[in-house]
Amino acid sequence: MANYSTNEFRSGLKVMLDGDPCSILENEFVKPGKGQAFNRVKLRNLKTGRVLEKTFKSGEALEGADVLDMDMQYLYNDGDFWYFMEPESFEQHQANENAVGDALQWLSEQDICVVTLYNGAPLSVVPPNHVELEIVETDPGLRGDTAQGGSKPARLVTGATVKVPLFLDQGDVVKVDTRTGEYQGRVK
Amino acid sequence: MTNWQPSASQAMLRCRAELLASLREFFSQHGVSEVDVPVLGRSTVTDSNIESIIAQPFGGSGYLQTSPEYFMKRLLAAGSGDIYCLGKAFRNGEAGQRHNPEFTLLEWYRCDWDEQQLMDEVADLISRIYATTNQSTLAVHRGSYGDYFAQVLAVNPHSAPLDQLQQLAVSAGSQSWAGETRANCLDLLFSVQVEPQLPQGLVFVYDYPACQSALAQTSVNDQGQLVSRRFEAFLNGMELANGYFELRDGAEQGQRFDEDLKARSAANKPSIAVDSHLMSALDQGLPSCAGVALGVDRLLMQLQGADSIGQVMPFSWDRC
Repeated sequence: MANYSTNEFRSGLKVMLDGDPCSILENEFVKPGKGQAFNRVKLRNLKTGRVLEKTFKSGEALEGADVLDMDMQYLYNDGDFWYFMEPESFEQHQANENAVGDALQWLSEQDICVVTLYNGAPLSVVPPNHVELEIVETDPGLRGDTAQGGSKPARLVTGATVKVPLFLDQGDVVKVDTRTGEYQGRVK
Repeated sequence: MTNWQPSASQAMLRCRAELLASLREFFSQHGVSEVDVPVLGRSTVTDSNIESIIAQPFGGSGYLQTSPEYFMKRLLAAGSGDIYCLGKAFRNGEAGQRHNPEFTLLEWYRCDWDEQQLMDEVADLISRIYATTNQSTLAVHRGSYGDYFAQVLAVNPHSAPLDQLQQLAVSAGSQSWAGETRANCLDLLFSVQVEPQLPQGLVFVYDYPACQSALAQTSVNDQGQLVSRRFEAFLNGMELANGYFELRDGAEQGQRFDEDLKARSAANKPSIAVDSHLMSALDQGLPSCAGVALGVDRLLMQLQGADSIGQVMPFSWDRC
């Protein structure tokens, strides 16, 4: 991989830091009038999701990370791995539980997800922003009970639990924003 | 469609015009003469952390000046008395939220003053301007570098061993600070850890570490430590001005320039010929004086609450 100097650091650039692939979030040029120039950089460790702040000397370089975001179709889960397919080449990739992470509770077969490949293997999976899923378990409608803000928990077919309005029942299909986990509406 | 429009709003440009006028009015009232020294010179600074923009007048070599300091010191040595310069300065490779490679610098010198007296005048100037634009009083603080540093890092910056400063710098920055010089470690620690903790308002930090003297005199403070008679002013945490009780000893200045050149060579930076006119002027004799340089664009940013330097100048570099 190529090396990138601090003046090439842009939001979204993927670099290696202490052996882990990281995505650059922010890069601020700092220079005291009489002192050495440096760059304060915020990065997200793509393995752990943690955000780090580091200060590099200006001109210092980091190795680029072999990281690629790709749209893939989720196929199935065999108990150990989750399988994704590149739509153009039909090439399949197996992701472990660590890589699938929180996406797991939203995944339905045939969903198009963003799979981040690191050295060719899935590192993380981002589910579609909006999914439509069936309620498999919820209390029957408790009309008039507004103590919980007029909502109740409902478990969806993929395993996620979201807050839904009181009038919904088991078997209804709801639209959910996976970024916030919030109910968006009922699907007729 | 090109980005032909100014980077500052018309309202901001009117504020800028008013600021420039009020700075000139202040010095006119205080009997300090304006000098408009060249921005294009045959020589430039040797400072290892400042890069000049190279120009090619008559096909030969020249530099856009990084500050008016050397020309102003030649004027002082020639008997100018108190002078100020409000003009452009250039620094290569500096661009960001608070940096533009071309910027407006206000620099002035007061004969027979030391840096403490000059700090009083800087505070007076900024407070007046702040009161007119922001209709409120500016809090002014003043403390030594050693005190501000020790408050945050619990370490004495003048006496701490180098390896301790390097360890602190590695944890504040990254692994690459492990073998750094004392001055560079202190710069990192002060910028990243101390500056964010400085009080709001106008803060003067004086008695810098002796290794960061540049063109300031050194002397021994009341704790017996060798310190630089240098100060910096910060406005709401942003570095605004840098001042010295000016070094007049030509031989010592020559030694510091030689140190600069060694540091440039060690960092694989191009060598710079020492400004022989400045050295001759120092030999002739610089009057006892204190001088300060203040970033006018940054002052306007703070007065108007702008986030980036481009918002306060007609055209930032990305539109030039």
